[in-house]
Amino acid sequence: MATTSTSELVGRSLRRRGRSWVNTTIAGAMLFSLLFSLIVLVVLLADTIVKALPVFRSRGLEFVTANLSSQVDSAGIAQGIMGSLALTFLVIVIAFPLGVSAAVYLEEYARDNRWTRMINANIRNLAGVPSIVYGILGLFLFVKLINQGLFSVADGISGRNLIAGGLTLSVLVLPIMIITTAEALRAVSRELREASFGVGATKWETIRAQVLPVALPGILTGAVLTISRAFGETAPLLLAGAVLSQYFSVSSDAGLVDLVSNQPYTALPLIVYNFARQPETEFVQLTAAAILVLLGMLLSVNAATILLRDRVERRRG
Amino acid sequence: MTANSALIDLTGDPRRRRRERTVRFVFMTAAGVSVLISLAIVLSLIEQAWQFVVAIEFDQLLANGWFPRRGRFEFLTLFVHSSIITGIAMLVAVPFGLGSAIYLSEYAKPTSRRILKPILEVLAGIPSVVLGFFALQFLTPSVIRKVFPAADSANFLAAGIGVGILIIPLVASVSEDAMRAVPRALREASYGLGAKQWHTALRVVVPAALSGIAAAIILGISRAIGETMVVALAAGLNGIRNLNPLEGGLTMTGAIANLSVGSDQVAGNDSAFQSLFFVGLMLFTLTLGLNVISERVVRRYRQRY
Repeated sequence: MATTSTSELVGRSLRRRGRSWVNTTIAGAMLFSLLFSLIVLVVLLADTIVKALPVFRSRGLEFVTANLSSQVDSAGIAQGIMGSLALTFLVIVIAFPLGVSAAVYLEEYARDNRWTRMINANIRNLAGVPSIVYGILGLFLFVKLINQGLFSVADGISGRNLIAGGLTLSVLVLPIMIITTAEALRAVSRELREASFGVGATKWETIRAQVLPVALPGILTGAVLTISRAFGETAPLLLAGAVLSQYFSVSSDAGLVDLVSNQPYTALPLIVYNFARQPETEFVQLTAAAILVLLGMLLSVNAATILLRDRVERRRG
Repeated sequence: MTANSALIDLTGDPRRRRRERTVRFVFMTAAGVSVLISLAIVLSLIEQAWQFVVAIEFDQLLANGWFPRRGRFEFLTLFVHSSIITGIAMLVAVPFGLGSAIYLSEYAKPTSRRILKPILEVLAGIPSVVLGFFALQFLTPSVIRKVFPAADSANFLAAGIGVGILIIPLVASVSEDAMRAVPRALREASYGLGAKQWHTALRVVVPAALSGIAAAIILGISRAIGETMVVALAAGLNGIRNLNPLEGGLTMTGAIANLSVGSDQVAGNDSAFQSLFFVGLMLFTLTLGLNVISERVVRRYRQRY
């Protein structure tokens, strides 16, 4: 008899269970492809630490507080750290309020018509534009505009100041900020809004008192991730006027306004790039040390964000 | 009379309504800014790129190699170099990214997922300039030269692998989202028919999520073309067309970065300066086109359950 009964087939399949090497192999391969990323991370960190160790061993924290120099023995990254912190501050001040407001408009106010859909598609596309293209925009708009007299500019700096860099980075992260905020707003339940309207609140009162507080953890998580991306960004600042040379000095009597609009600046990732380009092999160690400082600042922010998110998810779950 | 006053009451306090309008206007302006920015990008690129095209002879675009300061602007060379690096990057990012996505979506239990997912998130947070250094100072001397001793110190292979590593998290997260959107019923039906776990994952879930996976790959290509710092550090500055992955060459993004570094006075008005906008416009068009295609792919081929 050619046909086998169902019970026979089921029984055969059940007996074969537990020794399916195909299943194990494929699961292993998939797990390996995930662990590959972990291996890369570990190798990258270990390699950088090994290369950076001589610098920290011989100079300690002096490396972090010293100024830029073409001398390997005395070159430090203090200006880069200050520049990166100042740029981050500008991004928080410019991109965060603008991004959250735009997202609130698109999610809460705008009707679902052709214009809104076009703006949404536009923002998604902007998020995919390579960061160096934003650098070109920064070079053209900000450096040139500032150059043409929006701010007083000293000779030889030509509008390449912190404001140009901060605006460029803000424009770069704005679409990502809008998208993450919009996602956080979308996660707020409709019933909450309707209950608020039901007791007579206006749209703005509902948003301010109900929607934003509930969405806040999500908005902040997205914002921190976005800002940490701006912190590590190098390419746009190459064009938006950050100083790449071996050393520069900021005049010591510069006031705050002067400092952001009239002085040269650089950022930590740019110092990494500049050190990495130097032909002398001694600079390899310096580059690694600068990378460690950069990664240390970034990873602490990222770890804090992931913890924050887990906590929020658990509270909701 | 009573009905009338009740209607007036319903329209509410005029001060409150005025505030509503103001707030709405402020938010609308913020949304408008994003549109203005995209217009500004396109217009500034087109304007300067047009000046470039007008200023140079057509022959210069077909000259041998990319040497802007010598008036040789062979764009094809940059494009070919970018394509080689993108190809190598995708050979790394697609298998590892897709494998990670399948494992996270089909195999990992919720607890192990919570431990494993952050690996990709941390990798996504590594700045590209760091991976550029890694490609230049680790991948080339410690990996590639061990296998191919003849490799140059700057080569496409190292840059491509570096870019690929950078893109793994993107490919993984977009395709994982697509696979998790496949309804449970499909998996249960597959198990119900006696299929094993690997069969369900690879022959049922992956095909069902194919449109999302394709979109992930296209997005990855777009990101790879636009990646700058890894390429600027690890792919070298050679402006002559080179097809050998063990040697290096300028890519589109590398050419822009190099022009901005080559001299600090980049803000001149000569053709070398304007070629930067031309390459930028090409880059913008290419990545925009790919992003639009990936969105179309999702919309057209998505299976609705």
